[in-house]
Amino acid sequence: MENLFVLAIPGLDGISQPWHWSVSGLALALIVFLLTWMGRKFGISSSFETMCTVAGAGKRISYFNTDIKDKTWLIFLVIGTIGGGFIASEFLASPEPVAISSSTIDFLGGVGLSYPDSDASGRGFIPTDLFNWNSWAGIVAVLIGGFLVGFGARYGRGCTSGHAITGLAHLQLPSLLTVIGFFIGGLITTHLVFPWLLKLLSTSTI
Amino acid sequence: MLKNISFLAVGLFFGITMTKSEAISWYRILEMFRFESFHMYGIIGVAVAASALIIWSMKRSGMKTLDGKLVAIQTLELNVKRHLLAGSIFGLGWALIGSCPGPIYVLIGNGYSILLLVLVGALAGTLAYGALGQKLPH
Repeated sequence: MENLFVLAIPGLDGISQPWHWSVSGLALALIVFLLTWMGRKFGISSSFETMCTVAGAGKRISYFNTDIKDKTWLIFLVIGTIGGGFIASEFLASPEPVAISSSTIDFLGGVGLSYPDSDASGRGFIPTDLFNWNSWAGIVAVLIGGFLVGFGARYGRGCTSGHAITGLAHLQLPSLLTVIGFFIGGLITTHLVFPWLLKLLSTSTI
Repeated sequence: MLKNISFLAVGLFFGITMTKSEAISWYRILEMFRFESFHMYGIIGVAVAASALIIWSMKRSGMKTLDGKLVAIQTLELNVKRHLLAGSIFGLGWALIGSCPGPIYVLIGNGYSILLLVLVGALAGTLAYGALGQKLPH
């Protein structure tokens, strides 16, 4: 029994460390291969549309009045994705918080956020100091952020998985333009909005 | 059912990959848009390059998918204004909440309940597009 542990622990240790970017990129490519081979297209944001249809949005809005029988696979993919997050956090958690660069940590300090303490769990995943159920300002911010992601993904017919990975892998010009758009929007939020918004959120008492 | 379980398995692998790659981290996305680390560019770059090679060889070899079809993608009609506008709207939100649709689910699995609210926002955005989006350039 003890021998088994000695064998198992180094193995788990290996995958419990954060994965190198090249390993992560190859793992994503393996997912693209598997889904393509299984006759599907890797695209997560379509699940939002499916959820609206399942909830009955098709009765009011004709856009959602579609057949969802061939979307069952996507629901299973999403359930698996949530489960994968759970498994990774329960059994494969990294021993240290995400090792972001010191200049990013300095920027965060300047807007009143300490790193990694601004994530209450200490993992360095989400700044729960800003986004939590007790902060009205944070609640408004996450609702707006989610809204923009949902709206933009449908208008553009895809998100990061559908355009930035699958679409680019198929050498699609519309996907390239959409990804350029992702960066235009992301750079605006990060460089024009965050310097004052993060300060506002981190000092907000409402 | 076996089919559905295999999609569930791919999802599990995706959730683990996104967590261990740290691509679900709001801080990693901030760092990416501030150009202060190569990490995210490395992940996306390798994923795209390797996927492109895989798709190219699947097409070239005439490999059939499990449902007996050739590998192809539904192409979108080129509309520069639409792609850039849609992408930018998405990007504004992506940087704000630090998560695109995949990570929203992965972070819920990681125990961040506030992402349920992001999901509500995303569903509202999807509904709004379905109701009003047709008025935008397509």
